[in-house]
Amino acid sequence: MNRTPPVAVWAAVVLIAIVLILLPFALSQVGTTWVRIANFAMLYVLLALGLNIVVGFAGLLDLGYIAFYAVGAYAYALLASPHFGLHLPFWVILPVGAGIAALFGILLGAPTLKLRGDYLAIVTLGFGEIVRIFLNNLSRPLNITNGPQGIARIDPLRLGGLDFSTYETYAGVLVSGPMKYYWFLLLVAVAIIVLNVRLQNSRIGRAWEAIREDEIAARAMGINTRNVKLLAFAMGATFGGVAGGMFSAIQGFVSPESFVLVESIMVISMVVLGGMGNIWGVVLGAVLLSFVPEILRWTVEPVQHALFGRALVEPEVIRMLIFGLALVLVMLFRPAGLLPSAVRKRELAERAE
Amino acid sequence: MDIFLQQVINGLTLGSVYAIVALGYTMVYGIIQLINFAHGEVVMIGAMVAFTVITVLAGGGMPPLVVVLIGTACAVPVCVLVGYSMERLAYRPLRRAPRLAPLITAIGVSIILQHLAMLVWSRNVLAFPQIIRTEIYELAGAAITNVQIAILAICMLMMLGLALLVYRTRLGTAMRATAQNPQVAGLMGVDINRVIAATFVIGAALGAVAGVMVGTYYGVAQYTMGSLLGLKAFSAAVLGGIGNIPGAMVGGLLLGVVEALGAGYIGDFTDLCKVAGVSDWLTERCAADPHFILFGSNYQDVFAFVVLILVLVLRPSGLLGERVGERA
Repeated sequence: MNRTPPVAVWAAVVLIAIVLILLPFALSQVGTTWVRIANFAMLYVLLALGLNIVVGFAGLLDLGYIAFYAVGAYAYALLASPHFGLHLPFWVILPVGAGIAALFGILLGAPTLKLRGDYLAIVTLGFGEIVRIFLNNLSRPLNITNGPQGIARIDPLRLGGLDFSTYETYAGVLVSGPMKYYWFLLLVAVAIIVLNVRLQNSRIGRAWEAIREDEIAARAMGINTRNVKLLAFAMGATFGGVAGGMFSAIQGFVSPESFVLVESIMVISMVVLGGMGNIWGVVLGAVLLSFVPEILRWTVEPVQHALFGRALVEPEVIRMLIFGLALVLVMLFRPAGLLPSAVRKRELAERAE
Repeated sequence: MDIFLQQVINGLTLGSVYAIVALGYTMVYGIIQLINFAHGEVVMIGAMVAFTVITVLAGGGMPPLVVVLIGTACAVPVCVLVGYSMERLAYRPLRRAPRLAPLITAIGVSIILQHLAMLVWSRNVLAFPQIIRTEIYELAGAAITNVQIAILAICMLMMLGLALLVYRTRLGTAMRATAQNPQVAGLMGVDINRVIAATFVIGAALGAVAGVMVGTYYGVAQYTMGSLLGLKAFSAAVLGGIGNIPGAMVGGLLLGVVEALGAGYIGDFTDLCKVAGVSDWLTERCAADPHFILFGSNYQDVFAFVVLILVLVLRPSGLLGERVGERA
């Protein structure tokens, strides 16, 4: 198995890397909005990979994953905004935010260890809603989260002397703030993908897979199912928290509205649609589900104008209808996702016999 | 007025509606282990259809009760059609697929239904015409309206009817057999596809009636109303033990009452001015403003979930759910 990849593979990797690095220049030709959309796609990749650890690797259905994203985002927002007058540097907030998110992961995981399948799903869903309702209401009597108005004027990312919010010109090339974020996120995403691949093939990754397939058997084999499951929750939550912190920095503003149930459902759709348990499938699912609705947003109205001369139906409605239809159709034709994991492929092949 | 009894009455009314919606979730789950995420949207469509019919007929001089009945009579077939088609198109092809695949199609169906409803009925909050005159009766110091009595009575009747159907008829026997083991039920001559379709149809019909009741009770309907209602009802189903029909009924009623009591009392319980003596700062604060409420009734929606989590932590398979043996 461990052959050195042939030259062709390396060439492809280098080519993809170059394309990804140069992508923001091409996107900014179309409009800076698209660089921003690419940034959000990258955030969703982080989120989907985090959720994939919980759902795909360990087989624990989590419908409230966005809560950890919210925790990370608010941790950053509170520690780096005029709301409390705190302006801590990124390298301080990152571990703090990730730590708090991990703590919330354990907080959710510990009482739910005994729950199975759909019972776990509804508890996680409830947990997500509880976190959101608290964020929405913790403005009285003491103003902690500023309620539905959210927290504004959050500090942008600053690393050393590099300010991510400003335009700059390097050697005659204009580099905008969103482009800087893009490269930073790309770096983080690559790091997390590498981490995930290493994790999947590690002792812990195999333990998760064992638990997913048969928890009793896994315990009989000497796996400490409690700790391993908690670890899955904590790790997934940490990724969510890191993504949330990045979201705060990029957006400069957070409010509870960004962390509604639909967002959790969106992330789980990315994981399942792409191919649960398969890292590349999950990445593909996240990228597709971030870009497709945006592309629809920009095409639905012109197409209507071209066909009927005016916008017959609100573009937003058509966009969501096509999106819903796409979810149904993809699942009908590829029930294990676009890029199924090896285990799923095997299962489907067995059942077909 | 007795606040406690009042909240219990309000809670039971809301809870019986939760129970009816929860039955739709639990029956489907019991038979094919699918969380039918789109069930809340079916309830919404029921309310919307009834809204249209009632609005059209409201000025016609017909007795209000007849108008509402015609509205319901129109809502039920529409919802049944929606329920049947989603099973046929989105779930049946995936019966042998990995477990999460139908969950995603359910989410897709839910998005589609919501936005179709938005196309038809706009994104505004629609106000039901107030045709039923509310009459208030007194019951041991609390008020109960004729609408509340009607909702409670209808829900009880429907639950009784469903129980008879499930435990006393051939179809019910077939449903229970399919829930236990579809393969063996099939070998015994049960037409599984028909039974599953029937389950969806019954659930959708109940959902339609629930939608009409919610619409007339609150007097408003909106294309998004299905989400939170569905969520609460699903929580109720899980609370009672998902897949268990009496469980859904108990869970729904319990959830409704807990929510109403919680919303009614949490402000009092967390008013720090009740213990103002413990610190000088608090005493000063309370002198300026007699209430220092930590958690007000805006936390109402939290109760459903907190109770759910507490119950599941203590009883991992719900109140009436079977203790599933340790088996993967």
